[in-house]
Amino acid sequence: MIFITLSYWDIAIAGLLLIFNAGLSMAFQLGLGQRLLIAATRMVVQLTMVGLVLKALFALASPLLTALAAFVMVLFAGREAMARQDRRFEGYWSYGIGTSAMMSAGLIVTVFGLTTQIHADPWYNPRFALPILGMILGNTMNGVSLGLERLVSGAVLSRNAIEAQLMLGADIGEAMRGVRRDAMRAGLIPTINGMAAAGLVSLPGMMTGQILAGVEPVEAVKYQILIMFLIGGGTGFGTFVAVIAASRRLTDARQRLRLDRLQAKSE
Amino acid sequence: MGLGERLVLKIRHLERPGIAPLDLDLAEGECIAIGGPSGAGKSLLLRSIVDLDPNEGDVSLEGRARDAMPAPEWRHRIVYVPAEAGWWADRVASHFDDPALAAPLMVRLGLTADALDWQVARLSTGEKQRLAMVRAFLTAPRVMLLDEPTSGLDPEATAKVEALLHERRREGVAMMLVTHDADQAARMASRHFQMAAGVLKAMGPGAGS
Repeated sequence: MIFITLSYWDIAIAGLLLIFNAGLSMAFQLGLGQRLLIAATRMVVQLTMVGLVLKALFALASPLLTALAAFVMVLFAGREAMARQDRRFEGYWSYGIGTSAMMSAGLIVTVFGLTTQIHADPWYNPRFALPILGMILGNTMNGVSLGLERLVSGAVLSRNAIEAQLMLGADIGEAMRGVRRDAMRAGLIPTINGMAAAGLVSLPGMMTGQILAGVEPVEAVKYQILIMFLIGGGTGFGTFVAVIAASRRLTDARQRLRLDRLQAKSE
Repeated sequence: MGLGERLVLKIRHLERPGIAPLDLDLAEGECIAIGGPSGAGKSLLLRSIVDLDPNEGDVSLEGRARDAMPAPEWRHRIVYVPAEAGWWADRVASHFDDPALAAPLMVRLGLTADALDWQVARLSTGEKQRLAMVRAFLTAPRVMLLDEPTSGLDPEATAKVEALLHERRREGVAMMLVTHDADQAARMASRHFQMAAGVLKAMGPGAGS
């Protein structure tokens, strides 16, 4: 192992780059200096806290606390996915659809990965479970929020086209097919692009991290490939669940398009 | 009552936000006209009858209750042609199950059969209106709900549309015609209604808008 521990001074020196950026912003009156510093401070505080929380969780290795941490992560992902929607469903649906899609996809894929491929001992070992869930959730969240956004905006924009088909006696699945397909594609394309560019355009972060931590490149690559498969599976499944659930909520038993179940567009 | 004797469409206590509860009967081959200012609820009424928006009330077609029929089947028999039709593909022909059946009707309405190969984006309002009418005729409906069907047409094309509608009425198709054109209402309809602020009122014989 050739793992090099960083001192706090090392980090502070790297931080000088941001101070330099803030200085540039002031010189050119971009008005970003303050925001930049606040964001950087938030990042430092959040990551430090996460580090401490993870340290405690790893030491305890309690299944209950691990599950609780996973649950909190899903709730944050749900909130983030909702915040990215321009048009939201009324009531709890907006939060509920994205969150439950991510919960089911994240949970199933993480448990699948831990029990059948990674063979952690015990399988819920938080040192494996939480980072893997985090990576899957982060990507699933993108897929789910892009898919939902495209579905809802597609239904609003194509309202005339969808209803024209209904008026001629088409069933709602047929009338919504194009919009639903576009939504699923929108959710999955970033994952497909990410896989296609992996290694050529960018070295994936996890693999880079493992290499910096002293892992053999080939071993790090194997891990990265496994994670890519898990991410792809989670994103596909989560997007599918979210788009299907949302398109059911956008329609009803009498096969109507129910745009009245959406809130007014947020500014 | 209307021309026919057999009741085709029966509406009781139809109600929704924007429309006061109303009853309405439509006999076989009958055409009624509904006038009234924009925003009075005429289109909402037509949308409710075909069940495109949530609404309350008992509606039945030839004795069969709407709720007992799957919604697509209902909308297949009672076709609604809105003032502004929707298009879901780029080419005109893609909007017809069998474009060959559409061609003769298009010619009768003053369009050329070549229009099947056109892009929807380059259609004029009047062309769109007539194509939407052809689309509706091809579903062989029992009732047609027509929302300003000739608003974008010149008198010649209007006459062609009306002739085709008359023909369908003789075959027993019942019609509700929303129109701002009092002359058209007089030509087409046997009963006349006026809608204002969500309330539908029958007009005396001969009364226009």
